[in-house]
Amino acid sequence: MASERRLRIKTLVMVLSMVVCANAGDLLLKRGMAQIGAVGLTAHGIAQAFRLTIASETIWLAIFFLLGFMASYMTVLSWADYSYVMPAGAFGYAVLTFLAVVFLHESVSPRRWVGVVLICVGVLLVGQTKPRTTEVASEVAA
Amino acid sequence: MIRVIVGLAVLILGSTGGEIAITHGMKSTGEPAQLRPRAVLQFLGRAVRNGWFLVGVPLMALSFYSLLLLLSWEPISLVIPASALSYVVGTFGAKYVLREDVSVARWAGVVLVCIGVALVAAG
Repeated sequence: MASERRLRIKTLVMVLSMVVCANAGDLLLKRGMAQIGAVGLTAHGIAQAFRLTIASETIWLAIFFLLGFMASYMTVLSWADYSYVMPAGAFGYAVLTFLAVVFLHESVSPRRWVGVVLICVGVLLVGQTKPRTTEVASEVAA
Repeated sequence: MIRVIVGLAVLILGSTGGEIAITHGMKSTGEPAQLRPRAVLQFLGRAVRNGWFLVGVPLMALSFYSLLLLLSWEPISLVIPASALSYVVGTFGAKYVLREDVSVARWAGVVLVCIGVALVAAG
């Protein structure tokens, strides 16, 4: 029972880490690319954008968060079901909508709110199930 | 129309196939003994050398390029909601390829998330 509880807690922590890192990475990437401006689809334009991209601290911070997302995703999949982690990760869509309303004061259509409610209910339903239903290789000493 | 259907099939099957291959690789690598940064980094180092990881990444790259192509052909309000089908396809993959026990509650949750993501993406 204690191991089941521990499994749930560490899975929840990793899924939250995935959601936070993915959202932070996407937002920073968007801000970084907005600072660079529209990329011209010519050899010169792409080369110029590449130089600006690798010089941008915001883009590097975004990459750091996206690597954090990938690390959390790979780690949680080492013990939890794919069919548990995949829908749970969609909670990020709901979080992003709330953030857009609270911080960016964006207006959100009723259809989008219905989508957010469905995602939250769906994630709650998946969250009620056991995070792991298959055999996992024994723990590997690090 | 045919090229959009083929593009969507490549997008969904590529992302799902890639993620299933990576999941298989992670499971065969074994979970990290501790969730400390050093132990997790060592675990990730072992994981990226796993053959299944090397199968999964190109499939996900293929999926990403098909997404770019689809976005150049069709509006985002069609492409992203349609790609939400990957939640359902992924759950079938989890059940029949990874042999996960997908309960009725989990199926119901996945279907709700799939519809929800499509509605949020469609705006």
